[in-house]
Amino acid sequence: MRFAPVNRLARALEAHSIYVFREVAAEVDRPVLLFSGGKDSVVMLHLALKAFAPGKLPFPIMHVDTGHNFPEVIEFRDRVVAELGLDLVVASVQQAIDHGLVADPGANGSRNRLQTTALLEAIADNKFAAAFGGARRDEDKARAKERVLSFRDSFGQWDPRNQRPELWQIYNARIKTGEHLRAFPLSDWTELDIWHYIADNGVDLPEMYYSHKREVVERDSMLLATGEWTPPRNGEVPFFETVRYRTVGDMTCTGAVRSYAANAWDVIAEIETTRITERGATRADDRFSEAAMEDRKREGYF
Amino acid sequence: MPTPQTESTEPPLLAANGPKNVDNGVVEADLLRFATAGSVDDGKSTLIGRLLHDSKSLFDDVIEALATTTARRGGEGLDLALVTDGLRAEREQGITIDVAYRYFSTPQRSFIIADTPGHVQYTRNMVTGASTSDVAVILVDARHGLREQSHRHTALSALLGIRHLVLAVNKMDLVDWSQERYEEIRTAFVALASRLGVDSVQAIPLCALDGTNVVARSASMPWYDGPSLLEHLETLPIPTTSTIDDALRLPIQWVVRPDAQSDDGKRWYAGQLASGSVSVGQQVVALPSGGSSTIVAVEGEAPAVRVQLADQLDIGRGTVLASVVLPPQVTTELTATVAWLGDQPLTSGGRYIVKHLSTVAQAMVGEIHDRLDVTTLEHGPADSLASNEIGTVRFTLSAPLAIDAYAVNRRTGSFIVIDARTNATVGAAMIAAE
Repeated sequence: MRFAPVNRLARALEAHSIYVFREVAAEVDRPVLLFSGGKDSVVMLHLALKAFAPGKLPFPIMHVDTGHNFPEVIEFRDRVVAELGLDLVVASVQQAIDHGLVADPGANGSRNRLQTTALLEAIADNKFAAAFGGARRDEDKARAKERVLSFRDSFGQWDPRNQRPELWQIYNARIKTGEHLRAFPLSDWTELDIWHYIADNGVDLPEMYYSHKREVVERDSMLLATGEWTPPRNGEVPFFETVRYRTVGDMTCTGAVRSYAANAWDVIAEIETTRITERGATRADDRFSEAAMEDRKREGYF
Repeated sequence: MPTPQTESTEPPLLAANGPKNVDNGVVEADLLRFATAGSVDDGKSTLIGRLLHDSKSLFDDVIEALATTTARRGGEGLDLALVTDGLRAEREQGITIDVAYRYFSTPQRSFIIADTPGHVQYTRNMVTGASTSDVAVILVDARHGLREQSHRHTALSALLGIRHLVLAVNKMDLVDWSQERYEEIRTAFVALASRLGVDSVQAIPLCALDGTNVVARSASMPWYDGPSLLEHLETLPIPTTSTIDDALRLPIQWVVRPDAQSDDGKRWYAGQLASGSVSVGQQVVALPSGGSSTIVAVEGEAPAVRVQLADQLDIGRGTVLASVVLPPQVTTELTATVAWLGDQPLTSGGRYIVKHLSTVAQAMVGEIHDRLDVTTLEHGPADSLASNEIGTVRFTLSAPLAIDAYAVNRRTGSFIVIDARTNATVGAAMIAAE
């Protein structure tokens, strides 16, 4: 039994996302849903299943695998794929490195930016004409400027100064061969809306989204989990802390926050009083400059 | 007749690990979408930054980054305009280029702001922002009063069906908080709005820079006893965008064909309600094809629904299931008010692609009846429409569409014009009543 969203906002957001899925799937050859195992992509998948029910998901899902994953996220991904009978494509950063497309940033380096190459490569190889992404406009200044249906040229680039006008809810999905679209069904959702959906619908997430004990080090005023790709550096003393993750990305640049939130309702209560944005709190990749996201997006990042 | 299924065909839910059966205490919450528009330097971005800051919607790390950036640019304190100007070029030029969407909530309401650019060459982005908004906030510099862009934005807002306008008279500090000056601008604006058919106007004198009347009222203007901007946005009734709320319009987006295991062999027709509601037993007509049938099953959460019909009709994506009593008009000829957004002008005889609801058709431009001068609001003769111009245009279509007038229903009354060579969206069209 599903818990129906009872407020108008949730219903409007959900209906719009479903509308976007149906429009793009109907008009575009070979769409794909980008699935990282993060909460936004899990909610996106959940909405996509609703959009096409009782039919099957009419497109595959794709994981851009940096090779520096949290092991529990990969387990979660594989479980979801098996349970729902989904078609999974993996775009591997390791493979891009092995094929000499990009340079290995080294054992301690972040592979965040390399995802762009792997992503664009996989889109071209599979002739995907549209990729559904879980990006939300409330996450970042550059994302706030993003259309719901965003055009990418044959190099995969985003030109923020020359975006197609997007009128009403009429989406222009026309592209030429070699170009592609990014579709963002969660454009108007906020972090809190996502968590309300998770709570209302009983959506399963990787356990790391909820409070647990973990060995961490403090680096750049973030709590980083220690692991194969994030060994403690000189002078860093690992310690155990009760934490959860607000976002899930590459293990080398995703920080945890101290938290006792054990379920989705606890998380909602926590977010309602927090004073730090999720990317500011936990993502080293967005801290380099105020235009970090814009620069990565221009190159073709999610 | 098959009974409506409710649970068996829901998407397979991922196993839950949170408590599901909990009274979450969610109350009926409202969502207001509003667009902000104004001339360059009227202080739009500052106003939005102020609204977010004073309603405590900015997080600490954002405020911290803002302080750092302000200092690096040689400013003091917080330059609130930097909150919304997200693109590098925007920060470099100090102007807004593209629509930025911002989200905030108060205990009364959730808000989506479309912050739209003031520069004339970015008018198409103003149209983009206004097309999904319930309300427009038109910002005017108290020193300059209404300018050409104010006329343009007000005219565009009215054309796009926005039924309530907020006039924010900004920089009141620079006119010594003068009631006389405010009244002068307010009177001119009310007259302008009235000529455009918008009678619902709220004028608010404010100062975005120091926050006067943005969130909190202040003593600077004791002669003003109206609400602050936020108070007004929190309490105004959300205008409806359809005058036929009861008449069903369900444009079909997607057809789910039954698989081999399915027992009843019926197709599901999925779409988003544009107006009205659906229920089992309801008579509907399928347009433009014209067959009628009865709804035998409904699933989903309105407005995103899917239905099954009693009869096998030849329908699919693009079909509109509609009220038998009050159906839309089916036509291959129509007249529309067009906001032209393309770089190449719209000319009579031109061929384009149009997208209306989920239908894509070829279109030929017939007569261009007139062009609207947005400063004088006079309709003059025209044989073409250049970028950012607005006019009344006749279209002939390759396939029939099921339409309503835009004034009656915003969704079934609008379409976009696409250049077939570049695939660019070049026009926003609002269908006129015949």
